[in-house]
Amino acid sequence: MSKTVKLRKGFDINLVGKAAKEMVEFAPAQTFAVKPTDFVGLQRPKVLVNEGDTVKAGTPIFFDKAMEQVKFVAPVSGEIIEVKRGEKRKLLEIRILADKEVAYEDLGKIDLSKIDRETLVDRLAQGGVWPHIIQRPFGVIANPADEPKAIYVSAFDTNPLSPDMAFVLQGQEAYFQAGLDALTKLTSGKVHLNINGDEQGSSLFSQAKNVEINRFSGPHPAGNVGVQIHHLDPINKGDLVWTVNPVGVAQIGKLVLEGKYDASKVIVLTGSELSKRGYVKTISGSAVTNYVKGNLQSGHIRVISGNVLTGEKISMEGYLGYYHNQITVIPEGDYEEFLGWLKPTTSKLSFHKAIGMLSFLNKGEFKVDTNTHGEERPFVVSGVFEKVLPMDILPTYLFKAIHAEDFDEMEQLGLYEIIEEDVALCEFVDPSKNDLQELVRSGIELLMYS
Amino acid sequence: MKALQNLFDSIKPNFEKGGKWEKFHTLYEGHRTIAFAPDLTTKAKGAQIKDATDLKRVMITVVIAMVPALLFGILNIGHQHFMATGEAATWIDKAVFGAISVLPILIVSYAVGLLTEFTFCVIRNHPISEGYLVTGMLIALVMPPYIPLWQVALATIFAVVIGKEVFGGTGMNILNVAMTARAFLYFAYPAQISGDQVWTYLADKTAVDGYSGATALAVAYNAGVEGVDAGQALAQHNASIGADFSFMNMFMGWIPGSIGETSTLMALIGAVILIGTGVASWKIIVSGFGGAYVMGLVMNLFAANEFMAMAPHLHLVMGGLAFGVVFMATDPVSASQTETGKWIYGFLIGALTIIIRVTNPAYPEGIMLAVLLMNVFAPLIDYYVVKANKTRRLQRATV
Repeated sequence: MSKTVKLRKGFDINLVGKAAKEMVEFAPAQTFAVKPTDFVGLQRPKVLVNEGDTVKAGTPIFFDKAMEQVKFVAPVSGEIIEVKRGEKRKLLEIRILADKEVAYEDLGKIDLSKIDRETLVDRLAQGGVWPHIIQRPFGVIANPADEPKAIYVSAFDTNPLSPDMAFVLQGQEAYFQAGLDALTKLTSGKVHLNINGDEQGSSLFSQAKNVEINRFSGPHPAGNVGVQIHHLDPINKGDLVWTVNPVGVAQIGKLVLEGKYDASKVIVLTGSELSKRGYVKTISGSAVTNYVKGNLQSGHIRVISGNVLTGEKISMEGYLGYYHNQITVIPEGDYEEFLGWLKPTTSKLSFHKAIGMLSFLNKGEFKVDTNTHGEERPFVVSGVFEKVLPMDILPTYLFKAIHAEDFDEMEQLGLYEIIEEDVALCEFVDPSKNDLQELVRSGIELLMYS
Repeated sequence: MKALQNLFDSIKPNFEKGGKWEKFHTLYEGHRTIAFAPDLTTKAKGAQIKDATDLKRVMITVVIAMVPALLFGILNIGHQHFMATGEAATWIDKAVFGAISVLPILIVSYAVGLLTEFTFCVIRNHPISEGYLVTGMLIALVMPPYIPLWQVALATIFAVVIGKEVFGGTGMNILNVAMTARAFLYFAYPAQISGDQVWTYLADKTAVDGYSGATALAVAYNAGVEGVDAGQALAQHNASIGADFSFMNMFMGWIPGSIGETSTLMALIGAVILIGTGVASWKIIVSGFGGAYVMGLVMNLFAANEFMAMAPHLHLVMGGLAFGVVFMATDPVSASQTETGKWIYGFLIGALTIIIRVTNPAYPEGIMLAVLLMNVFAPLIDYYVVKANKTRRLQRATV
């Protein structure tokens, strides 16, 4: 039974710096990196290559000793130039100097009609695409030994300045469908494809076969897969479901149809500080320098891999994250503002309407920087988080339970149903400026590892 | 503004680790962040942008919402004074007289409260929070105009220390801080905060013949005791000098009472600001008035005496109900924090206020005790609302 769900709670953050739906050209990057820090829940990564080794796209370069079957592979062919470690030898980055022409490891095509589930799981785990499959609860890479109750794909992204998924996957219809077909083999339950109910939408999604199509409409976070699961079949204790983002589905499809790990993808360059914005074809883990340097409107900026709510600050020489389909560049906000907490303004974006905060009168786009606009405080204002979290969850009480490290409360109040991205809006609107995404992860880690 | 920034920068080393005033670091930060919104940026991971509203702006919104009540209070203190003494006076005279009696109370409340707060921030080394901006104003507004300043200071210290800081500061308190201050005075020094003599500031003058300084609540209560119609008793009270307790007079607030509480209209203007800006919960305000009205009707059903038989709409404009429901009950820290809980919490505050008013001769004003009582019960209400949420989740799992 496909469902149509209308959500009312939430908040669309309307920023300056949207990209037109057109491809732009940039010189391809020379270096690429796989960042183990992108993969949540990685425990004991073991590096398989040394500096100076040559690899092909699809060559395993490290794995997690806690889940040996899943291999993390090189996105391009070339030479390993650095295995960067941080404090306590924590693995930070494995950098590859790319060949001009990408050479692929032959992983063998997959005939979905003949293959059994176990072999398919193994092929996906060896083929570099497995990390796209995320397990809920907890939002960590799925364990190949598990079988999920269902698999969910959100076909649209409602985050600020987010890419249009249909545009990103243009021309990849066959791959996308093959990816979905592969997913249907992984679960005895259904594969849900959740599409945007507010738009006519691309036939790429609405005509997809062998899946259950559900429609979601409303403000952000309507596109968050966690919110969607909550309204389709909420996760209870003991349940296990998997989620994949559409780009991951297409990459799985490429492995199935072509027999190679092709990490190329289309990402969107956005943000108020970029001069040339648009969609660009790149490869997972690409250095962002070429996209950013010489393409800036001002000097003092922050480059973000991902969107402004859940992304990660990277340097101008940094690398695109494994899961990110977007680079956002916004002004850095490290300035003091005289009576900044009191001045009336229509140009500063706020969910609230407290005295002088008149942004609700401004229907236009907002240029937002990274200033926190205030210091951290205890929770004082109540009822705000509830307005931006369209789930039957009491966020304030959940956060307090995590603070108190009360395991029973965390469980009972719904920590199984949310991950960082679901509370990103709560973190944005919080007048007390708490780091709620970090808090939620710390709670999840408590539940997982103790 | 560069000059001010430079001044802050120049004294900054003294407050840093190893500086001579290292201990007072939090005071430095507190003042700098009032002058300048801080230059903090978001972390490398997580939300990269944050909402432009912070707690300071939320708190100042509440303070601004109370300004109409304060200004009206000042004017009314003067108005009551000249009416009681029978002297002719212009509005300017009244405002000046009112300001002379109200401003010292306000200043003492802020000065003593902030000093107490700063002391705790320095000792406990936590940042100065904005909460007292609101509390300082509230404490002044719930005082009678005649109150000795040392009592204001004492009550403020008691409220900040016992009501808030012992629990960990702003955001952690169980009781509404301003109500704690008032309750402290009520039980420690009842002579200065109850009876008929304290609500009109006579200074050294004497009242005209036939003037009674009683509050509307006292008049209505006495009507109940004496068995005369409460509505009529109110309308006839001080009617000879035009200071009667008609519905309109009480709604406008030209009656004796605590500084900020007399005018229902000003409380409603505050409510409009608070609800319009989304700072206070409209659910608490609406259910608070609703609870009072419904309980007024219930009292009518029993009608054991004339006060109980009084028309319920009069209850809404008498005493401090409107002020308490709008500004005290909605304090988000001590109120119920679940959305369902807010309905119950507000309703019970309204209802309890009327019960205390009508049935208890010792406490003619019920709102103070009703708010404090419901502050104590708010976590219990929330407990059951949260439990219902957990149960829903559990049932879903077993179906």
